Amino acid sequence: MLLEQLVNGITLGSIYAIVALGFTLVFGVLGIINMAHGEIFMVGAFVGVMTTSVLGWPLWLAFIASIVVTGILGYLLERITLRPLRGKKGVSHLAPLISTIGVSILLENLSHHIFGAGNQPFRSSFAEISIEIGSITIYLVQIVIFAISILLMIGLTIWLSKTKAGKALRATAENLETASILGVDTKKIITLTVIIASAMGGIAGILVGMAFNSVSPQMGLSMGLKGLAIIILGGMGNVKGAMAGGLILGLSETFLVAFGDSGYRDAIAFIMIIFILLLRPQGIFGSKIAEGR
Amino acid sequence: MLKLTNIETYYGQIQALKGIDLEVNEGKIITLLGANGAGKSTTMKTIAGLLKPKKGTVEFLGENVTGLRPDQLLRKGIALVPEGRAILSTMTVIENLEMGAYHRKDKDVKDEIEHVMQRFPILNERQSQMAGTLSGGQQQMLAIARALLSKPKLLLLDEPSMGLAPLIVAEIFNIIKEIKEAGTTVLLVEQNAKQALKIADYGYVMETGKIIIEGKASDLLEDPRIVEAYLGRKSTSDDKIPS
Repeated sequence: MLLEQLVNGITLGSIYAIVALGFTLVFGVLGIINMAHGEIFMVGAFVGVMTTSVLGWPLWLAFIASIVVTGILGYLLERITLRPLRGKKGVSHLAPLISTIGVSILLENLSHHIFGAGNQPFRSSFAEISIEIGSITIYLVQIVIFAISILLMIGLTIWLSKTKAGKALRATAENLETASILGVDTKKIITLTVIIASAMGGIAGILVGMAFNSVSPQMGLSMGLKGLAIIILGGMGNVKGAMAGGLILGLSETFLVAFGDSGYRDAIAFIMIIFILLLRPQGIFGSKIAEGR
Repeated sequence: MLKLTNIETYYGQIQALKGIDLEVNEGKIITLLGANGAGKSTTMKTIAGLLKPKKGTVEFLGENVTGLRPDQLLRKGIALVPEGRAILSTMTVIENLEMGAYHRKDKDVKDEIEHVMQRFPILNERQSQMAGTLSGGQQQMLAIARALLSKPKLLLLDEPSMGLAPLIVAEIFNIIKEIKEAGTTVLLVEQNAKQALKIADYGYVMETGKIIIEGKASDLLEDPRIVEAYLGRKSTSDDKIPS
């Protein structure tokens, strides 16, 4: 029982971590919370459902389709709703944030319109395969989710610390002006960041579909808010914090449902925000110095 | 090499530059002097592409480069070391140096980073430390070394001596001379007018967005207007209070 819940918690936590990574990347570079991230995640989940259940594509192709679709959404988000507001005279610092809220409303209602309000089952024979070790049942899907998220985290960390583009991203995140005088085309880096973050949201979407067997147009909002809670917990714009925060939230939610009152499941994230803001406002891994944005 | 013609730059509605004409010849150190708020840094930012002039043209090596982005100008050979140094404090010293050579694709980058670290042993010593933990003087050297790694033809230095101890200031000025001797043209903005004029070949003096005096550095050192306003024994504009 305990071990099973541990596996469940890690699975959920890994997905949260991927969602939070998308948030944290965009926050690091643009200094705004991308409120549309949850809805892009939802679109990724729907692309997964449509391609596997309706079109009957294999799972790996569904992943690629989801990455491509959410990546394009990310590009459009940056190109149409964020870039026109950047560096303009008289545009409030909060304008891009409002803009992403607009995109989130648009995407939610669009999928509501197309797919209906109800839950869509995510039918995949793959989701049924399980392994029994003693009295514990572990689904293959859970292992895959865990493996994919670990790979993504390691990949992202290496990419950020070792590659030229990754370093350019970090430089842009620290100071846009400095990065540009060092020869970084900051427009390109920002676009790249939003695309990568969105594609990660798409991957998380498919993983959630696989893990919980259902997707709905409303799933974006709660996931978005939890992603926000996680980056507050872990430290805004901090990659390590997003991973740790995701796992902490996933595990605590799972254990609360298993051993406590399942009605409070969604409250955990927000209780955590309250405590972290009171005790350590910069987050677990956040730095104390506020960057004057 | 660099030629500014009638440049006018605005911050919103406020006009910061009111028609600047300025020329920088290859292989020289040109200095731009003036009090706080005269528009020196604005001029530098306009040349580097961080600000777009409303009027006028910037020509570099005979090409009109007005309104290009900073990253495009860097590729053409203009590197800026901004006021306040602008090092990447959350990246290590060596990563900062690597970012200096960001746009280069040649194989010499590694050797040159080695070379730079030999010239500045303190950077070598601290190469894996976060750049934000360096002292002010070390950060300034890092910022200059980083800009040099982009192999600029023209180096723009905005108040490199600001807030540094006198001994470090002397070293910074030595470095600037070395840079010139190695063949890089330097445009230097300074509050420390005396020191700047000593190493410069030609100088401009700005006041409220305009150039009011220009001439050979050796002449400017003798110019009574400048001696009174910037070099005067009575005034303290010479030795800036470290911030």
